[in-house]
Amino acid sequence: MSVIRVPKLCLVVLVGPSGSGKSTFARQHFLPTEVLSSDYCRGLVADDENDQAATQDAFDVLHYIAKKRLAAGRLVVVDATNVQAEARRPLLALAKEHDVLPVAIVLNLPEEVCQARNAQRPDRAFGPHVVRQHRHQLRRALRGLKREGFRQITVLDSEEAVAAATVERVPLWNDRREERGPFDIIGDVHGCFDELTALLGKLGYIVAGGPEDPRAHHPEGRKAVFLGDLVDRGPASPAVLRLAMRMVADGAALAVPGNHDAKLLRKLNGKQVQPRHGLAETLAQLEGEPEELLDRVRRFIDGLVSHLVLDEGRLVVAHAGLKEAYQGRASGRVRSFCLYGDTDGEIDSFGLPVRHDWAAEYRGAATVVYGHTPVPTADWVNRTICIDTGCVFGGRLTALRYPERELVEVPAARVYYEPVRPLEPAPQPHLRSDHDVDITDVTGKRIIITRLRGNVMVRAENGAAALEAMSRFAVDPRWLIYLPPTMSPSETRAEGEELEHPEETFGYFQTHEVEQVICEEKHMGSRAVLVVCRDEDAAHRRFGIQGDGLGVMYTRTGRPFFSDKALEQALLTRVRDALQGAGFFERFATEWFCLDAELMPWSAKAQALLREQYAPVGASAGASLARATEALARAAARTPDAAPLLARFEARRDAVTRYTEAYRRYCWPVEGLQGLRLAPFHLLASEGAVHTDADHVWHMETLAELTRADPELFHPTAYRVVDLGDAAQRAEATAWWSARTAAGSEGMVVKPLAWITRGPRGLVQPALKCRGREYLRIIYGPEYTLPEHLERLRSRGLQAKRGLALREFALGLEALHRFVEREPLYRVHECVFGVLAMESEPVDPRL
Amino acid sequence: MLLTLTSRQAPATDLGHLLSKHPDRCQTFELAYGRAHVFYPEASPERCTAALLLDLDPVGLVRGRRPGPDAGTLAQYVNDRPYIGSSFLSVAIAQVFRTALKGSSKSRPELAQATLPLEATVSAVPSRSGEGFLRGLFEPLGYQVDATRVALDERFDEWGPSPYFELTVRGDKRVSELLSHLYVLLPVLDGQKHYWVGQDEVDKMLAHGAGWLEQHPLRELILRRGLKHKRRLFQAAMERLLADDDAEPEETEDARAEEEAAIERPLRLDDARRGAVQEILHEVGATRVIDLGCGEGRLMAALLKEARYTLVAGMDVSARALEIAAERLHLDDMSERKRARVQLFQGALTYRDERLKGFDAACLIEVIEHLDPPRLEALERVVFGHAAPPAVVVTTPNVEHNVLFEGMPAGRLRHRDHRFEWTRAEFQAWASQVAARHHYEVRFGGIGADHPEHGPPTQVAVFTRGGEA
Repeated sequence: MSVIRVPKLCLVVLVGPSGSGKSTFARQHFLPTEVLSSDYCRGLVADDENDQAATQDAFDVLHYIAKKRLAAGRLVVVDATNVQAEARRPLLALAKEHDVLPVAIVLNLPEEVCQARNAQRPDRAFGPHVVRQHRHQLRRALRGLKREGFRQITVLDSEEAVAAATVERVPLWNDRREERGPFDIIGDVHGCFDELTALLGKLGYIVAGGPEDPRAHHPEGRKAVFLGDLVDRGPASPAVLRLAMRMVADGAALAVPGNHDAKLLRKLNGKQVQPRHGLAETLAQLEGEPEELLDRVRRFIDGLVSHLVLDEGRLVVAHAGLKEAYQGRASGRVRSFCLYGDTDGEIDSFGLPVRHDWAAEYRGAATVVYGHTPVPTADWVNRTICIDTGCVFGGRLTALRYPERELVEVPAARVYYEPVRPLEPAPQPHLRSDHDVDITDVTGKRIIITRLRGNVMVRAENGAAALEAMSRFAVDPRWLIYLPPTMSPSETRAEGEELEHPEETFGYFQTHEVEQVICEEKHMGSRAVLVVCRDEDAAHRRFGIQGDGLGVMYTRTGRPFFSDKALEQALLTRVRDALQGAGFFERFATEWFCLDAELMPWSAKAQALLREQYAPVGASAGASLARATEALARAAARTPDAAPLLARFEARRDAVTRYTEAYRRYCWPVEGLQGLRLAPFHLLASEGAVHTDADHVWHMETLAELTRADPELFHPTAYRVVDLGDAAQRAEATAWWSARTAAGSEGMVVKPLAWITRGPRGLVQPALKCRGREYLRIIYGPEYTLPEHLERLRSRGLQAKRGLALREFALGLEALHRFVEREPLYRVHECVFGVLAMESEPVDPRL
Repeated sequence: MLLTLTSRQAPATDLGHLLSKHPDRCQTFELAYGRAHVFYPEASPERCTAALLLDLDPVGLVRGRRPGPDAGTLAQYVNDRPYIGSSFLSVAIAQVFRTALKGSSKSRPELAQATLPLEATVSAVPSRSGEGFLRGLFEPLGYQVDATRVALDERFDEWGPSPYFELTVRGDKRVSELLSHLYVLLPVLDGQKHYWVGQDEVDKMLAHGAGWLEQHPLRELILRRGLKHKRRLFQAAMERLLADDDAEPEETEDARAEEEAAIERPLRLDDARRGAVQEILHEVGATRVIDLGCGEGRLMAALLKEARYTLVAGMDVSARALEIAAERLHLDDMSERKRARVQLFQGALTYRDERLKGFDAACLIEVIEHLDPPRLEALERVVFGHAAPPAVVVTTPNVEHNVLFEGMPAGRLRHRDHRFEWTRAEFQAWASQVAARHHYEVRFGGIGADHPEHGPPTQVAVFTRGGEA
């Protein structure tokens, strides 16, 4: 019984004359979805599997499907005769295009067998000459398959051989996903043996044996991963090779080849190579080493696979990095990318190849760790990191501990080799292309996977609207780590003088089996999200932003809160000082905070709105209704039938007076910071933590410390916890709400005590607002309280708003989590962009 | 929303006959958006006052309307509509005082044709440009005008005055005259109409304006605002109005020329800019051009006329602008061959974009000043770092030139959305740094009339790389 081993990902080309049993073979050994049959495709385009006129179209379809499958990393079996070279050529091109191995399985059955099988099939009455011709072409093919580029060829010569064959799928050499680590990934060593042993020592490896017979292992079974370029330039390449070879042989290390290692191999294999870029040093050091060592080195380097996919696919290591489309693939260009990076043959003024910035465009899920290009410091770019810190040039030898993602370094003892071009300084911000998000990260229909609510869909047209808002008005995406969700009011009160009332608010949470809620005073100002760093350096370190102050304050749609940058910074400095005064930076071991707050007065931000909409309505209504009531009073004195009208207009006039009083409560003059009041209510996040695991009482109590630190700026928020099962507590809270709203408060926000609460019907609204009767005049108009208006206003639909609130809540928190977990910018941005996109949904703005 | 009409011609109570509303009754009429009440605060032989009180339904006003970008404040409950004299009041006049407006009266036909000492007061009318505008509208018609400004909020003087006035006009007029004047002019003050303005609006305005509108010195403004600035309707109305105009023609010509100049001054600069950019593109030998921030596609349209351009692309962040561009360019009914030369897509200059690659020239015409300065870094990376076409043309206002614009207050920028306007030195410093960082050469120039001291209105930088130009 013969076993045909095919790589898990490859393009299998079945070759055989009509009647040789290809389809049967394919059915036996592969999934139906893996097999693409030319006959079937002919049927798809021409309704007739044997319509030879449709052959070209059929193959177009076949190639198209094959392309999609290969791009997605799925095996493809092409079931067609493939006896002619011109039929195989596009398939080989396809394999090459997707960097998968082409595999040929030839069914070379005797002509009689094929003829006999065809004879039994009425749809194959094309005459015996066809099979004869196929056989003839096949004979020629058998000679050419290897030369054409098939990397693996299996020929089955008899019915017995076909029957006995089994197919086994084997992982590619680069597929080491079962290696779960933990790893210590080590950058370019370049013959720096002392630094390597020092680094291994620092990483906790037990190093023994000295340069002649070095070995090392980690007592806890951690594995070292060498990123290549073990040799050249440095003082002790042979010793480094010995150590690496020994560790790999002992199972204490993995390794991938570097371009210098590959070049050494060519030299050892007797090829002509120029001994430049430090190869001469290596060759000199190898002078006099026993032939046995050279032989082992040759076999060692030859056996290295260009890149390794580790830890269930979560980690990829390659000397010069690897873009997503090449990961887990095998081809000449994949190997060349791994060794030399993303080059196109362009040479810079130092005679070195120009490398393209594949990392800035990297959107893969796997972490890529690489070396090759010496950098001053190892920095994450998207999910990639280059850890070649130029040891041999006098820099440092760096290791990345995985999965811990900690960098461990040792300095070079000295400069061993002068670099041809100066070590690249950290790029100027104007050149850091990883500071931008790609347009394809935000446009089109998008599905964002959130930890809170699974898939959240953002519609393309909402994204288009958000693109304009985001790019024209929002702050730098690097600052924008959160946008708050919209908040729904409670169910509308069915009768009485109010539209909203605590009874319905509590009712909602009771229905969703929430036991305890917190009622927080709702401030009437403007929503503000604050990102505050300890200082500008911290802002640069953590947000990558230089010269833009120590933080940012933005509105619920991501716009700068103040148009006056100096005022913003002055306020943020006060906040920073309060955070410092309260000892928060130390307590939370952080250099930054993200706060959710309300800034008062309303008039500070909504000045234009007040001047152009709210006050004019009060002014015109006041003037007109005064005249109207005067005129009616005089008319009523003459004609009694004007009396009811007078009463009605007096009521209207009273309503307008109350309206003016309502908005005035939220206005007072400010001068610079003087008069501004900040009421933070969520301490959203700090380094390493999104504080949604702490309940809202913790948030209130913790933030109250800021009020104590700077009572002039910070405004306390009144709150109370209510046990919903306790009628007395509900009544007390209702009385509290009534008293406060009667005195002009906007109302309250009611939240489940825990940030994230799930009820029998899923995620519960994170907050509901319950607004006061007087305040709502600003929303529903001065006279909404007149009975004929109020009754109509009671019909309002909350469902759309509530669905939106939950989706935005999930997206906002997802953005914070991703930022805290140091995910790439585009991963954070897609979430806040999603929130903004949802805000373009048409929802009743009064809710 | 309260309109009072007072007559002092004895017997003044004849006003009841003229309006066909009895002075001793309080009557209510249903309107589309609420009710109107008519009653008489006073009715003596010496002096009789009729009141038309508008009682609009603020909830119905909003609920009957879809919220949308064009709805404006009409879609909001907090809205001055119910409280001011506006098109609602005009509609109420036409409905409630229909016969009086027409100039007929069943019981006092001769009095309807007589001039009487009349007075009309509207409790609040908006006039954003102040009292002068009210006088400008009513005084030419022979009224004595009293206007008292309504305070915005006496608690907050710093918010400034309100745009509302209590307006009283007095004059010897026929009742129908007075009502026609109010009917036409009240919506003009407001600048909004609560209903769809179509062709029949032209008919209505001309009918009620018959005999006075064609001679009114502000007739163009009245028509333009009364027709909600709908250009086509306005032109039709002007043509009809002037067809039977026998006023001195030269005066009209002057007025028109002046108005055109005001409109066309910016247009001419816009044309000059487009011409200059075309010349530059010609010089650098570009054949594949992308207009970044293409707006409504004017530059694209010009480029498409030249066969040398094999690809003309436009990108804009505004989906609405792109719709208009597609319409202007007739994208849908373009020949296949021409269509293949055009690309039009939405994008933003702060997002990296593969679609921007492969052009020989990119244009940023009056675009950078719409970005907050900190975001220019992103634009630089996207355009010069990533797309990196061989040539980039950037134009932006020269702020030094602003002092030469008449009627432009010092320190004001040319457009509300401009985040900055640069001096020549500032622009050149920025452009030179960009060029150095991204290996371009840059040269500078101006567009429009060059002033010896203040320079041209528009400045331009041409970035090239690879030895071009």
